[in-house]
Amino acid sequence: MAEPLIRMQNIRKSYGRVQALVDANFHVNEREIVGLLGDNGAGKSTLIKVLSGAVPLTSGDIFIRGKKVTLRSTSDAIAHGIETIYQDSALVTQLSIARNLFLGREPIKPPRFLNRMDQEAMNTVARDLLKQVGISKNIPPTTPIGSLSGGERQAVAIARAMHFDSDLIILDEPTNNLGVAETQGVLSFVRNARDSGHSCIFIAHNIHHVFQVVDRIVVMRRGKVVADDIDPKTTTVTEVERIITGMSEKDIRDALADGKPGH
Amino acid sequence: MENHSLIQRLIARPEFGPFVLLIAEIAVFWGFNHDFLSPQNISNTLAFTVELGLIALAMTLLMTSGEFDLSVGSLFGFSPVLMWTLFNAGVTSLEMGFVVALVVAALIGLVNGWFVTRLKIPSFLVTLGMLLVVRGSALFITDGFPQRTWSAEGSWLAEALVGDFFIGPFRIYMSLFWFIAAAIALGYVLTQSRTGNWIQAAGGNPNAARARGVNVNRVKVGLFVLSSLMASLAGVISSLRTSAANPNSGSGYELEVIAMVVIGGTALTGGRGTIIGTVLGILILRVMRNGIVLIGVPGLAYNIFIGAIILGMMALHSWLERRHQAGT
Repeated sequence: MAEPLIRMQNIRKSYGRVQALVDANFHVNEREIVGLLGDNGAGKSTLIKVLSGAVPLTSGDIFIRGKKVTLRSTSDAIAHGIETIYQDSALVTQLSIARNLFLGREPIKPPRFLNRMDQEAMNTVARDLLKQVGISKNIPPTTPIGSLSGGERQAVAIARAMHFDSDLIILDEPTNNLGVAETQGVLSFVRNARDSGHSCIFIAHNIHHVFQVVDRIVVMRRGKVVADDIDPKTTTVTEVERIITGMSEKDIRDALADGKPGH
Repeated sequence: MENHSLIQRLIARPEFGPFVLLIAEIAVFWGFNHDFLSPQNISNTLAFTVELGLIALAMTLLMTSGEFDLSVGSLFGFSPVLMWTLFNAGVTSLEMGFVVALVVAALIGLVNGWFVTRLKIPSFLVTLGMLLVVRGSALFITDGFPQRTWSAEGSWLAEALVGDFFIGPFRIYMSLFWFIAAAIALGYVLTQSRTGNWIQAAGGNPNAARARGVNVNRVKVGLFVLSSLMASLAGVISSLRTSAANPNSGSGYELEVIAMVVIGGTALTGGRGTIIGTVLGILILRVMRNGIVLIGVPGLAYNIFIGAIILGMMALHSWLERRHQAGT
C-alpha cells in the first residue's frame, strides 16, 4: 500500500498525570475526507492540536508522505501543508475577505522597499477563489469578514487553505451553529476541496453531517483510536454511535431502560 | 444613481461623523466670534495642535494593534529635559542631546513592548508604571525646576523642527510639515502596506494572525517604540518653540491623545484604525479648547465639553458599528 499523506504513530500526550492520548495511531490518505468521531474527552481535539502544531506531543512520530516531521508551532504545520480551521477563530473579522486570504503572505507591488500590498491582485485571486469554493452569491472580495455568515466564513477559510496548497485541511466543528442550507454549503465546499486534490479531517458532533461527506470514519475513545476503517456507505449511524460510546447493544438497551448510562 | 451610492458610501465611512462635528464646531465658534478664523488664531491653534497630533498619529497605529500607551505624556516632558540637561551641562551638543533623547525614548518603548508582549502584562498597567518612572526621572534630574533653554537660537535643529515663516498672514512652524509628513507616512503604512494589514490583524484577532505566521509581538513592540519616539519628538518640538523645558509638561496628555484617537473612529479594542479620523479628532479637540476660550466660556469648563464630545462620538461610532454588522 502507498504511503499515506499523514501518518501519526504511537502518539502519546499527557497533561501532568492525565493521559489525553495513549498510543494513538491515525492516518489520512491522499484525496480523502476522514471523519474523526469520539465522545467529549475521547482525545480528538488533542490529536488535532498535535497535528496542527498547537500542542507538542509527549512521544510518538508524525510522518508526511513517509517523511518524519516535527511540528513545533502552527506556522510549522502550515509550512508542512497542514491547515487547521477552527470555528470562527481563523479569520480577522475587521479585515476584508481578500486581506484575510493573504494575511501573512500579502503580495508586494514593486518597488519592494515601499512594502505596498498589491490589492488589485489580491482582489482578483479572492474573486476567483470564492467562485471555486462554491460561494454562489456575488460577494465582493473587499467585504469585511464581520458581515459574512458563519458558512461564508468557513468557505473563506477553506478557500485560503486551498489557495496556499495545503495538503491537509483540518475542519474543527465546521457545521456548528449553522443552518441547514449553510451546512449543505460547507459540506459541498469540503467536497470541492477533496475533488481538487486536498485531503480533509472533518470533526463534527453531528454524526449525520459526517456521514454525508466523509470517505472513511475514525473513532476515538479514551485517548485511543478504536476503529479506523469504518465505511460510511456500509455502516449505520447507530453502529457508529455504539462504537463511540463503547457500549454493546444490550448495554444501550439497559441504559435506556434505566434512564442512565451503563458501566 | 452612481452619485447616490457615492454619497452613501461617504456617509458610511467612520470618518464622516468626526468630519461633520468639526465643521459644526468651526461654524458655531465662527458664528460667536469672527476672530476665531483670523490668521493669528489659526496660526496659534495649529502650532500646538501638531505637537499633540504627532503623538496621536503614532497612538492610532498602536491602538489599532490592540494596545495603548499611557507613558507618552511623561516622555513629552522627559525628553526635552534630558536633551537640555545634557546640553547645559556641556556633555553634548544640542543635536547630540536630541539624538540621545530619542535613543532613550526608543529604549523606553522597547521596555514597554517587552513587558506587554513577553510578560503578557496589559499595556494599561505597563505604561502606567512607565509613566511614573519617566515622570519621576524628569523631576529627579531637574529637582523639579524648569531647565534653561534660551540658547537654542540659530541651532539648525531648532530651525528644522520649529523654524517659522509666514505664508501670507499665516505664521507657520516647520513642525506643521513634520506632522503632515508623519500623517501621510503612517496613513500609508496603515492602509496600503503589508505592515498595516499585520497591525490590524494583531488588534483584530492576534491568534489568527499568529497562525498565519504574522509576528504579532514584533509588530506591537515596534509600535510601542514608535509611540515613544513620537512623544519624545513632540516634547522636543514643543520645548524649542516655547523656549521652556519643564519636567511637569505633558501631564495628562496621554488621555487627551487617546481621546483624539477614539473620537476619530479608531476602535479602543483594536483591529480598526484611521489616520484621517485621528487628524479630525485632533482638530476637534484643539478647536474646542481654543474656541470655548475665545467665546468666553471659562477655560475650567473645557473638560465638560471634551467629555461630552467623547461620549457623543462613542455613541455615534457604536451605532454605526452595529449598523455595519447588520450589513445595512
